Amino acid sequence: MAARIGIFFVFVAVFLSISAFSSAQDLQIVNAERRIDLSSHIVKAFLTLKVENIGKDPAAEMLLAFPPTQIKNLAMVQALAITGKKKKKTYLPLDVKPTERPDAPNDTGYYRVKFISPLGPGETVSLEVLYILTHSLEPFPVEITQSESQLVYYHDSAVILSPYHIKQQTTFVKTPTTRVESFTSIEPANRAGKEIKYGPYENRASYSYTPVIIHFENNSPFAVVEELVREIEISHWGSLQITESYRLTHGGARHKGVFSRVDYQSKRSVSGASSFNALLAVLPPRVNSVYYRDNIGNISTSHLRTGFRKSELEFEPRYPLFGGWSATFVIGYRVPLEDYLFEASDGRRYLNFTFGCPLVETIVNKLTLKVVLPEGSKDPSAVLPFTVNQELEVKYSYLDIVGRTVVVLQKDNVVPTHNVPFQVYYTFKPIYMLAEPFMLVTAFFLVFVASLAYVHIDLNIVKK
Amino acid sequence: MAALESPQPGTPTAMRNAFGNVLSVLILVLIGVLAFSIRLFSVIKYESVIHEFDPYFNYRVTQFLSKNGIYEFWNWFDDRTWYPLGRVIGGTVYPGLTLTAGTIWWVLNSLNIPLSVETVCVFTAPVFSAFASWATYLLTKEVKGSGAGLAAAALLAMVPSYISRSVAGSYDNEAVAIFALIFTFYLYIKTLNTGSLFYATLNALAYFYMVCSWGGYTFIINLIPMHVLLCIVTGRYSPRLYIAYAPLVVLGTLLAALVPVVGFNAVLTSEHFASFLVFIIIHVVALVYYIKGILSPKMFKVAVTLVVSIGMVVCFIVVAILVALVASSPTGGWSGRSLSLLDPTYASKYIPIIASVSEHQPPTWPSYFMDINVLAFLVPAGIIACFSPLSDASSFVVLYIVMSVYFSGVMVRLMLVLAPAACIMSGIALSQAFDVFTGSIKYQLGASSNSTDDAEDNTSTNNAPKDDASAGKTDKGEEIVKERSSKKGKKKEREPADKPSVKSKIKKKALVLPLEASIVALLLLIMLGAFYVIHCVWAAAEAYSAPSIVLTSQSRDGLHVFDDFRESYAWLSHNTDVDDKVASWWDYGYQTTAMANRTVIVDNNTWNNTHIATVGTAMSSPEKAAWEIFNSLDVKYVLVVFGGLIGYPSDDINKFLWMVRIGGGVFPHIKEADYLRDGQYRIDSEATPTMLNCLMYKLSYYRFVETDGKGYDRVRRTEIGKKNFKLTHFEEVFTSHHWMVRIYKLKPPRNRIRGRTKKLKSKTSSGLSSKSVKKNPWI
Repeated sequence: MAARIGIFFVFVAVFLSISAFSSAQDLQIVNAERRIDLSSHIVKAFLTLKVENIGKDPAAEMLLAFPPTQIKNLAMVQALAITGKKKKKTYLPLDVKPTERPDAPNDTGYYRVKFISPLGPGETVSLEVLYILTHSLEPFPVEITQSESQLVYYHDSAVILSPYHIKQQTTFVKTPTTRVESFTSIEPANRAGKEIKYGPYENRASYSYTPVIIHFENNSPFAVVEELVREIEISHWGSLQITESYRLTHGGARHKGVFSRVDYQSKRSVSGASSFNALLAVLPPRVNSVYYRDNIGNISTSHLRTGFRKSELEFEPRYPLFGGWSATFVIGYRVPLEDYLFEASDGRRYLNFTFGCPLVETIVNKLTLKVVLPEGSKDPSAVLPFTVNQELEVKYSYLDIVGRTVVVLQKDNVVPTHNVPFQVYYTFKPIYMLAEPFMLVTAFFLVFVASLAYVHIDLNIVKK
Repeated sequence: MAALESPQPGTPTAMRNAFGNVLSVLILVLIGVLAFSIRLFSVIKYESVIHEFDPYFNYRVTQFLSKNGIYEFWNWFDDRTWYPLGRVIGGTVYPGLTLTAGTIWWVLNSLNIPLSVETVCVFTAPVFSAFASWATYLLTKEVKGSGAGLAAAALLAMVPSYISRSVAGSYDNEAVAIFALIFTFYLYIKTLNTGSLFYATLNALAYFYMVCSWGGYTFIINLIPMHVLLCIVTGRYSPRLYIAYAPLVVLGTLLAALVPVVGFNAVLTSEHFASFLVFIIIHVVALVYYIKGILSPKMFKVAVTLVVSIGMVVCFIVVAILVALVASSPTGGWSGRSLSLLDPTYASKYIPIIASVSEHQPPTWPSYFMDINVLAFLVPAGIIACFSPLSDASSFVVLYIVMSVYFSGVMVRLMLVLAPAACIMSGIALSQAFDVFTGSIKYQLGASSNSTDDAEDNTSTNNAPKDDASAGKTDKGEEIVKERSSKKGKKKEREPADKPSVKSKIKKKALVLPLEASIVALLLLIMLGAFYVIHCVWAAAEAYSAPSIVLTSQSRDGLHVFDDFRESYAWLSHNTDVDDKVASWWDYGYQTTAMANRTVIVDNNTWNNTHIATVGTAMSSPEKAAWEIFNSLDVKYVLVVFGGLIGYPSDDINKFLWMVRIGGGVFPHIKEADYLRDGQYRIDSEATPTMLNCLMYKLSYYRFVETDGKGYDRVRRTEIGKKNFKLTHFEEVFTSHHWMVRIYKLKPPRNRIRGRTKKLKSKTSSGLSSKSVKKNPWI
């Protein structure tokens, strides 16, 4: 299916490339090298581009193009500009934004990369681009039994899709094992060990597209968190309570037929190769009161190693996850407040915490991060390096009257590279901390006063 | 001493009483804390989780209640269980517990205390055991004074029998019902002592709560009439008795009929007839007393002969009608459980399903020692103490203990009803014994040093106000008490406070023991108490805290956790379709619906014997027949519990004979003898072919031989009989980590081969119908 779309795309691309927007033609890519890493279910592609301005006007930005099958699975695009010579290379992060073009051929998606300084005519610049694709390995066969290992398809183009003319390009594809069932060969292409090399191809017109399919073995854990809700509750009494509820599935080839415990236990190497049973969560250092449970109680298989720089929680779901199986669980922990809550120069407080999912090598389809501010805090604002949906909620917790403001940050398609710090700013007066103790004291006082009054008041109608 | 014997309104006594009240409130609070905290071992040692089987059902109902509200709850038709029959939960469940926990949850949440339903359910039982010990205090106080009350409350707070049903997480009806039971009895005694209609009304309400909570309410509605009858027979009739009883029957029955699960049973079944009979009798007696009051003795004699002759006729007619009514119903109007109470052999003869439950078995002697421990020795002393002097209240307690001893002897579960009675009796016994011993010590010391007594009196009143006047000296003896168990020591000090005047007089005259003997006896009693405390703590910590869904075993290389049940329930809930039906033996029905949220065929509410027998038949049939039975019930998965790999003894193979018996009780082609070799139940190579080919055997031991090469079953301690076999109609879809739960899927029916289809068609309809009849043996 995807292949057919790809072929169709080539035709369209050829037609459209003639009429492609003129401004794009001011740039050309002198040399492109792409390395695609398929060793886990998160596809990482590194592009090294050498861009030249062949137009007359300085160019402030360039475009990266992605086919529609990839654009919806694109979790992240990062670009770095390389300056300096070989020994003294420095990397400068560039501003990357998704963008739309009205004349985009065949639903091509674009990202706009802004150069540090506009590229003058005749100048060249070297760029490193990293983009991450999720859900791009399609299991085939779709259903496997316990003893089979998992084979997947990867669809892409042998040449880089680009709105610019590319003079020379090479693509390297790295597979997890040497077992590659088949791959589309576009001459010159060859395979050595775990690597497939496409190219070098010379002088490809803009919007060239040559679809390839690689069919290979990938038994790495396809751990997909369908939904993750992280709740960070700030208590000014000294701790940060984090509760993460997961819905985890195995996103690989579906399990078919029998699950035999004998085979799974005795022939571990061949049986259930594509399944996974162990997960690793990287938690903050100085974490305490860690719990791991689901809605029917504790799950007793976990180990916690606390370290100076990070803590590692090694845990297992209740049962091994085979393709298509899912499990839900909750991880909760507490960290000291002083590590994460700071006071800004303008008197506001801010929480500095890590975004993303603590599980290593997992995709999160939908991440909702809720920062529960203490009762009485005002003017919340979140600062993140990428765009997320933001909204505000109110949550009522222990003995609240006005409720706590909750900053809800929601993002789809989150990968481990999204684990970067973010900040939530708010104002808070410490006097509010005393509201609840004061309420309790008052309530007890009233109870005693009432009982005092009751003892001393004679409620009898008739005097005895 | 003079101050005590004649209570003056003077300040020392008033102060002493005030201090005493504050102190006893403090002690009661501490007892409550003790009752609550001794039940937290399960949370500390394991986790905050619902235990066992029935609590899971109650938890599920509470979840439904908190989510959908009370009206939806009354109308709840549960289609997740007893497929395809379903069950009307709102009308067949005792709602007291769930409504209680639901209300607590609702109150907490409206105060913005966001506790989960599960947390509330887990801690309901400990909270109510604190209430129960306070109710025991009240009840015993009414019988024998507050000293005995405090002793009884402390004993009840930690009696192992009650702990076994009310540890944190044991979210079962009994947890709430024991409190309701004791409280109802307290209000009854209170009414009896005061003759207040206010308490009588409260009593009816408490009885209503009890009816809501537990089927054991029939114990109340039979015990109280018995006591009333006893009072009447022994000539203790009084208007107070009338007020205590008549409103209870009228209001109580009306209120009980409001509970859907009881409904018209409150007037129709034999369990309640005793109360109506006594109701009539008490009116007759009241009428007689009334007439006796207004007539002259001569006229009264005439009236008696008249009334007796008419009354006999009326009674005869009423009894005849009752007998006819009772005789017309097959079980004589008695439910199976009640009948097995009256005739302990009834269940094992007629209803295997009741007999198959271990808690319906008669207890063994060790279980008495385990569950009420030293109370068993103190009870007789308490009974004797109740007879001196015998009051209405103490006769009730004596009757209560006698009846509960009988019932506990029939059914181990009713040990729970015995426990409060034993605690009350032992509390009385301990308190009286301490009274006597400390009293005689005081007397002895008082006799020797009468002069110093008064001097010390003044000083001691301030700091030890509850003690007798001569407390100064005895404090030395009592210091040991305080050291050993401070709570108890304080309690014992308190007895003489409430009913001191009359009794201390008697004691001093009649029951003066030598000083040394008293001190030794006191020490022995304290040791007895200490032993009881140690035993209770041990029982709470070691014996009764295991949640039974998680098993642990201590081995050389640390603690092993067997969490297989939840592993497989979690697997079922996440990896099967939400409407799939799971068949298992009924023990696991509640857990499957609550934890896996899947429809089950039978569950622990064993209301339909035929349905259970169908599952039992399927389990004891060969594979093909079993497949057909399960397929006709839309079953997709079959769950069996197997302990042979790790040695978990209460697995399905050990329960299998009950399946055969219950199945055979309805479907006669299943014969128990086919599964036994020379009357012995075995699964090794000597086992009968029927046994080795039945579904339960096959599902339990499928590919078991591949684990160790021999197929050694660690529960039965033998190698299995049939080792290598294939399944034709089932396929293994999940086996838990320690093999404790194995889940099989029914294979889809095979496509019919053309020839066979043709044959079937040619046979036409008559052949088809006869065949289908043959296929479904349970129709």
